[in-house]
Amino acid sequence: MATLILEQTLNGLQFGLMLFLLAAGLTLVFGIMDLINLAHGSLYMIGAYLVAAVVRATGSFALAVLVAILGTAAIGILLEVTVLRRLYTRDHLSQVLATFALLLICNEVVRLVFGSQPVMLSMPNGLAGPVQLLPGFYYPAFRLAVIGVGLAVAVLLYLLVGRTRAGMWVRAGASNREMAAAMGIDVKLLFTAVFGVGAALCAVAGAMLGPILAVQVGMGESILILAFVVIVIGGIGSIRGALVGALLVGMVDTVGRAFVPTLLRSFLSPAVASGVGPALASIAIYVLMAAVLFWRPQGLFPARA
Amino acid sequence: MRRVGPCRLRYTVLITGTGEETMHRAILAAGLALALAASAEGADQVKVGFISTLSGPAAAIGIDIRDGFNLALKLSGGKLGGLPAEVIVTDDQQNPDTGRQIVDKYVKRDHVDFVTGIVFSNVLLAVAPVVFDSKTFLISTNAGPSLLAGEKCSPWFFSVAWQNDGTPESAGKYTADKGFKKIFLLSPNYPAGKDMVAGFKRYYKGVIADEVYPRLGQLDYSAELAQIRAAAPDAVFFFLPGGMGINFIKQFSAAGLGKQVTLITTAFSADEDIIPAVGEPMLGIYNTGFWNHDLDNPESRAFVAAFEKEYGRLPTGYAAQGYDAARAIDAAAREVKGKLDDSEAVRKALRANTFRSVRGPFKMNRNGFPIQNYYLRVVERDAKGRITNRTLSTVLKDHPDAYAEQCPLK
Repeated sequence: MATLILEQTLNGLQFGLMLFLLAAGLTLVFGIMDLINLAHGSLYMIGAYLVAAVVRATGSFALAVLVAILGTAAIGILLEVTVLRRLYTRDHLSQVLATFALLLICNEVVRLVFGSQPVMLSMPNGLAGPVQLLPGFYYPAFRLAVIGVGLAVAVLLYLLVGRTRAGMWVRAGASNREMAAAMGIDVKLLFTAVFGVGAALCAVAGAMLGPILAVQVGMGESILILAFVVIVIGGIGSIRGALVGALLVGMVDTVGRAFVPTLLRSFLSPAVASGVGPALASIAIYVLMAAVLFWRPQGLFPARA
Repeated sequence: MRRVGPCRLRYTVLITGTGEETMHRAILAAGLALALAASAEGADQVKVGFISTLSGPAAAIGIDIRDGFNLALKLSGGKLGGLPAEVIVTDDQQNPDTGRQIVDKYVKRDHVDFVTGIVFSNVLLAVAPVVFDSKTFLISTNAGPSLLAGEKCSPWFFSVAWQNDGTPESAGKYTADKGFKKIFLLSPNYPAGKDMVAGFKRYYKGVIADEVYPRLGQLDYSAELAQIRAAAPDAVFFFLPGGMGINFIKQFSAAGLGKQVTLITTAFSADEDIIPAVGEPMLGIYNTGFWNHDLDNPESRAFVAAFEKEYGRLPTGYAAQGYDAARAIDAAAREVKGKLDDSEAVRKALRANTFRSVRGPFKMNRNGFPIQNYYLRVVERDAKGRITNRTLSTVLKDHPDAYAEQCPLK
């Protein structure tokens, strides 16, 4: 039982950290630029496809990750400069419509280039097996690496946002955009940079989750919904909120899938439990979101006090 | 059905749907058979509405069914029952609602004679009422939900595949015979997933460590793998078709569970669509199915050779099902001499099941499901060094499904 809880905790941590990579970019864009970007998931998809393409061409996973990060950041910056910049002054409905169109365009372009069948992306050879964490307790090496990368990025982001001048601008932008601009911050440049960083984080998530899930058209949408749940729980514009929210969602999702059906079986008939259990497990995170919204409508760590 | 004149231009068009049902684009596929044919008595063509899952993680299944179907059509010169065939192909995106819309168009606007190609039971159950109400025949190329096999069986339904319970029944029998005592069950939360577990349990009566029903389409099995590790069963029986199976087996292997726990499955997670994607971890997995490419009969050998020549890969059971669907329609249309309006005669012909199946001769049960053999196979390296299935033995012989008794049809 102890190893089961340990393993599920690691699983929740791994999933949560990957959600954090997506939510961090999303929450900054939403918080600072006040832009609802539905195409954020598409950047994640593009990152994963770039990794798959480079791995297929060169066989090197590390090189693929590097190319994907730079490539996706470049695509993100291009999108910001050409399209999204024009949307900052529009209302949310126009933003949703325009970025939804971007999402559909991205999906179709990827479908044209790579086909509608998923692209297989294997784990790098050195990380394909299990590692022994405790005597008799094995855990997949790749998932451990994912946790490591997730933690490293979280620390890096924390230092960047909390300890540097650029980070100060970002925080200032998130809490009061007009005032930050009035104090002489080059908001235009800041926005482009933030968008580029957000896109790069998407690529990291795509590279880490690609071998675990599947690289396919539409992979961005399902995870984007979760990323939105995360930033609503964490508080829009807050990196700390994104981290806490992502870990909460990751844990609740894993615990829901792992323990709720078992728990139900202890007082319901197996037939009923097997029907209700999976349904309850899949809505657990939305119940969490509803609860947070009820008691803390601004999220756990609101950026604008 | 639609006679225009004594002489008209005829062609076979294959349409692959990409996005929404309304957006499907017409591709004139290979072997676009242009032919002039004199108008015969009865129908002047056979129109087939082919709907399958051609995108997403389970796309390989639909693509194999389609390729098998097209191969049979190509070998018969683009004709079914001697009549020119028009086949409309659309992608259901594994979505029951999308499937319903497509089939609605097939029966109301295109007036197809047969609907076929469906992969998933939840899609099949959504479209079945539409097809039956329009008095059109539904030929299942894969899904065989128990709901359509018993009391609610339909005279408009025939399957050239299997009833869902059959394959896991044979896996359950193998598991019981082999003496496994403690089994962990893993199957997606949708109608076929429930049928698979029911079928397995009909023959395996030992201890069940746990049964877990993940969401259909789930790709990350970390939580389930932790449960398997904690439950420490002798073996895991899992039904995870398409990309789900690929991911599960890869992650099972990466978690290092292979040393302690045996994997037992059906062909749906150990066929040619899964094996190349997973690779070495597939070796030694025992699984059951109604057909394998090494079955020793002339139809099967001819099919495998033609399929490998045409597509450059080994056919899956799904491809065999698609191939058989075209051949079943071909035989029925021939039997009624093209009079497809005479649905009673068409039904008789489908029920009599005279076509030469790649699985060898088999009878059609009164609920429209096959009475057939199920075989045990193991994944090994063959003489050419390929990782593939080898048939070991017949687990269930001339096996009818468990629900036919309750079907009121004769």
